[in-house]
Amino acid sequence: MNIECPLPLDQLATESDEVIRLGHGSGGELTQRLLRDFIFPYIDNYWIQQGHDSAKLPVDNGSLVFTTDSFVVSPLFFPGGDIGKLAVYGTVNDLAMSGARPKYLSCGLILEEGLPIKTLVRIMYSMGTAAAEVGVQLVTGDTKVVERGKGDGIYINTSGIGVLGATREICPQQIVASDVVILSGDIGRHGMAVMAQREGLEFESPLLSDCAPLCDPVAALLAAGIEVHCLRDLTRGGLATALVELAESSGMGIQVEEGCIPVSEPVQGACELLGLDPMYVANEGRFILFVPAQQQQQALEILTAIPVSIDSRVIGRVSSLAGAEVTLQNSLGCERLLYRLPGEQLPRIC
Amino acid sequence: MKYLNEYRGREGIRKIVAELHRTTTRAWTLMEVCGGQTHAIAKYGLQQLLPPEIELLHGPGCPVCVTSLDIIDQAIAIASRPDVIFCSFGDMLRVPGTDRDLLAVKAAGGDVRTVYSPMNALELARTHPDRQVVFFAIGFETTAPANAMAVYQAHRQDVTNFSLLVSQFLVPPAIDTICADADSRVQGFLAAGHVCAITGFEEYLPLANKIRRPIVVTGFEPLDILEGVLMCVRQLEQGKYEVQNQYARAVSSEGNIPAREMLQRVFEISTQSWRGVGNIRSSGLLLRQEFAAFDAGQRFPMDFQVREDTSGCISGRIMQGLSKPDDCPHFGNKCRPQSPLGAPMVSTEGPCAAYYRYGTRPHHNQEPRHEH
Repeated sequence: MNIECPLPLDQLATESDEVIRLGHGSGGELTQRLLRDFIFPYIDNYWIQQGHDSAKLPVDNGSLVFTTDSFVVSPLFFPGGDIGKLAVYGTVNDLAMSGARPKYLSCGLILEEGLPIKTLVRIMYSMGTAAAEVGVQLVTGDTKVVERGKGDGIYINTSGIGVLGATREICPQQIVASDVVILSGDIGRHGMAVMAQREGLEFESPLLSDCAPLCDPVAALLAAGIEVHCLRDLTRGGLATALVELAESSGMGIQVEEGCIPVSEPVQGACELLGLDPMYVANEGRFILFVPAQQQQQALEILTAIPVSIDSRVIGRVSSLAGAEVTLQNSLGCERLLYRLPGEQLPRIC
Repeated sequence: MKYLNEYRGREGIRKIVAELHRTTTRAWTLMEVCGGQTHAIAKYGLQQLLPPEIELLHGPGCPVCVTSLDIIDQAIAIASRPDVIFCSFGDMLRVPGTDRDLLAVKAAGGDVRTVYSPMNALELARTHPDRQVVFFAIGFETTAPANAMAVYQAHRQDVTNFSLLVSQFLVPPAIDTICADADSRVQGFLAAGHVCAITGFEEYLPLANKIRRPIVVTGFEPLDILEGVLMCVRQLEQGKYEVQNQYARAVSSEGNIPAREMLQRVFEISTQSWRGVGNIRSSGLLLRQEFAAFDAGQRFPMDFQVREDTSGCISGRIMQGLSKPDDCPHFGNKCRPQSPLGAPMVSTEGPCAAYYRYGTRPHHNQEPRHEH
């Protein structure tokens, strides 16, 4: 891996005005040049250098875990991240949520005619940096170009392979009554940061996405022998939707306390202004885990020692009594049901 | 979060709830006028804290819910035109018209955009002089001044490709109409604080006398609402019907004078059609003749027949406090947020959406009652 920091844009000076043309997707010379000059340098590794149609991968003992995800965020760059980072972290986090150690990623690029090459390079550099940070290899990929007006600049699909050590299964069906629910940090930052950037909304305090990889805290929990029953990263639909999905999948009731769920002041303020509920706002660097109550202290000690999960806390408990529902108790002691987000949250009128 | 956290704190609320239990000696039925208050009541579970004698009914104050079907159909027809950029606040997009909603128009290729202010729409008109930009100007006295300002600015700057599809409502005539109904059970009103921040509460003084019911101008935080209920109950227990202002931090007797002036300069009062209720005299706003060129209704005359609402939605009864959301046979069955029969199930201020979302449980919290 050959990564420089800051981004070596000066080396691209002669190319800086170039944009994606349909010919970059032709499979011919232009495609080769695109790959050679603007994509491979930022994800360079042994497998890329082989130049084969597929990558032969060594794996450790254990089971393989495989997942895929597509990334279509607008704007491409937002406070705290960009589509390249998201495309790496998003898939890596999906692998981590099954308890797997992420090893290899594929990268499918759909480029829109007219995308500045400089923008592509910024995104590839970001992907390469993110992959190096997490310790995964981008080993294979594909590039297509679509006509102007048929894409939002760039779409990225990443598929990922991870290795599962000899651990018990981590899935919703493992959740049992009396498990505690731990949340890894404050909620709603990614969704509000993207919305503020997209709509040109300005707030007194900056809104930064929480976009981050979650494999370190998961690996640390498993290495310490914590009996993790279930993990779920909080993405679209937010914390509430994740909890409702897990209640339905496991058939268990979940009770959470609103006062234990941290929301930063800028996120709270932006949500108040727009009439949105932070419980339903997207995150890209937060997860919840279900562990036996007797291990909650040990789990919290592990999580709070790692920067990405430093604000971890217990937010609720599992019960077999309440049916497959999620109830939220507020600071006044009143309860309400949480529901699954029916569509996207829309800002209110007044 | 100054001005928020202090109105959500446990201690302040415990005191008010205890006082409310001490004050209430018999059954009272109150109506919170504003949909924002309805949602706060459901979200924070405030009904669970009230004495069982106090029943809250939900009023006509959801602007999305009271917008009539023919205006929504007209919006959909305009938004479907290829020469139009149609701008709306987000919560109108999912409201069903006769055949489809604005999100379906967008999915079919219509240029439908969510904006946060009518000034955003005016800016779009400036930057797209080759397109017609239409803003869906719905709402109560709260949204009318900004809509008026957008038209005033367009007029001054000679922006000719900008227009409003107007569906503006005024609250006091609706309160009057609710009380005139022989079946009405409402004994006191929590008036909408945001509306009164613009209008002031002067015009509520003769109204309270006429309807012989207390009106308390009330805010939107849990403490505001509980305080508003307490002030209303105190009056009822004493046989009074006065106007009181719980929301003094935002509302004065005369309101926001520049906003009122702008509103009166651009709009004039007219009869308005309320969805499920029908026409209410002097309860709406129309663009004055001087600004008629900015009326999307005139710029894009429609040739469709106004159709009757056959969805089965009982929004009219709910908005008048004659029924509650869960009285509706379709609630939670045929009518859900994913497949709404009417606006009250999708609007962020709709009472059915509040009931569905927050599914509150009766009286789980007994703690404040121990202080009774």
